[in-house]
Amino acid sequence: MSNIPSELKYATSHEWVRLESDGTATIGITEHAQDLLGDMVFVELPDVDDSISVGDDVAVAESVKAASDIYSPVSGTVIAINEELEDAPELLNSDAFGGGWLFKVKLDDASELENLLDAEGYKNSIDED
Amino acid sequence: MTNKTVLHAKHLASGAKMVDFYGWEMPINYGSQIEEHHAVRKSAGMFDVSHMTIVDVQGTDAKAFLRRLVINDVAKLTIPGKALYTGMLNEAGGVIDDLIIYFFSDTNYRLVVNSATREKDLAWMTKQATGFDITITERPEFGMIAVQGPEAIAKVGTLLSAEESAAVEGMKPFFGVQVGDLFIATTGYTGELGYEIILPESATEDFWQKLLDAGVAPCGLGARDTLRLEAGMNLYGLDMDESVSPIAANMAWTISWEPTDRDFIGREVLTAQKSAGDQPKLVGLVLEEKGVLRTAQKVITEAGEGIITSGTFSPTLGHSVALARVPRSVKVGDVVEVEMRKKLVKVTVTKPSFVRNGKKVF
Repeated sequence: MSNIPSELKYATSHEWVRLESDGTATIGITEHAQDLLGDMVFVELPDVDDSISVGDDVAVAESVKAASDIYSPVSGTVIAINEELEDAPELLNSDAFGGGWLFKVKLDDASELENLLDAEGYKNSIDED
Repeated sequence: MTNKTVLHAKHLASGAKMVDFYGWEMPINYGSQIEEHHAVRKSAGMFDVSHMTIVDVQGTDAKAFLRRLVINDVAKLTIPGKALYTGMLNEAGGVIDDLIIYFFSDTNYRLVVNSATREKDLAWMTKQATGFDITITERPEFGMIAVQGPEAIAKVGTLLSAEESAAVEGMKPFFGVQVGDLFIATTGYTGELGYEIILPESATEDFWQKLLDAGVAPCGLGARDTLRLEAGMNLYGLDMDESVSPIAANMAWTISWEPTDRDFIGREVLTAQKSAGDQPKLVGLVLEEKGVLRTAQKVITEAGEGIITSGTFSPTLGHSVALARVPRSVKVGDVVEVEMRKKLVKVTVTKPSFVRNGKKVF
């Protein structure tokens, strides 16, 4: 069973959100998701300053096996992207919850996070798959 | 009913992720298929191919039967152990399967066919055997391990007895030799040097373990696919099937047209196709920008549309490559377009071969 950190929020489409102390949010995909996709070979990220809404397909994780859309679990403005992924997409495999983060967002409305799953809820959702 | 090979427990012990492969539970990878791919290109890796179907064809008419059954001519085989890659066609000239035939004598041949097509292959061979004095014997009691890579032969060498070493010493590519319990062949599906070894099931686990101990990396079906695709080798079911002529699947080189009086199955249809010159052809495609070419994507050329039969990310080259069936007038060096995830990308046409012996070849 893959790791599901309890301090993060989750979307059923396998993205995670970490609320930082400065009120911004960091987004990535879960260890379970990378395990399903296999070895990553390309990652397409949104641009800094892009305005994004919940459910937008904002990024693509492409593995040897398949290309998978990544949906934004939050609304706001992109303030940073993980440029290391350009040369090292395998970070999504080796460190999904750390070095494999995708982008950071200045949130429009932090209360939106309440619509996401906690670790327990996410675990239940993938057990049903 | 899921089949398991004799190495199933070994795969689990090495942390394999198992998948269903046409009724066989097989390893897709043991962690990272890209690392496994690199092991084969740079050092040595091994694959459990025990699921493949071994069929011995023996008897007075074995040679005559195979000269009728397949598009290449087994009469070309005169040195015991020599192997031949070819295709078996239906009457309409479509590929029932591709296979390797090992020659031992005019009355004794060994065929290795795909496991996914096992039942129809055996049924077809049995049907075509009418009137020939032969026996067709499936040999499921063997395991099969492919050891591939620049260090494969040396690493296998450390496990061989003096007699076995002497038997494979200096063996050229595409040969096989039976020595004691081992059938050792210089064949493979990766574009690297190496062996495919057929051995009794009872000895297979032990041999696999010794290879592990010798530093040979276990590799799954994922790496097997990226390696064969880089090498430009067809995968049955993707790059060709019963609706596809060998002429349209980069298999024309496996057709023996001479002698003209050899009446192989499909000959009439192929002859007509050849003179019409209207069959599409299988080419390579190279995408240098981001993205991965995938099976079934549409190819757009000035001469008309084509289709990607198999595509992948090439770990050796660091970008995507594909095999595609396109109109015959498309030429190597042409730039054509592929419809990929709602956009058109430009790709370059190459010969259908990308990497051999660790090196780019286009």
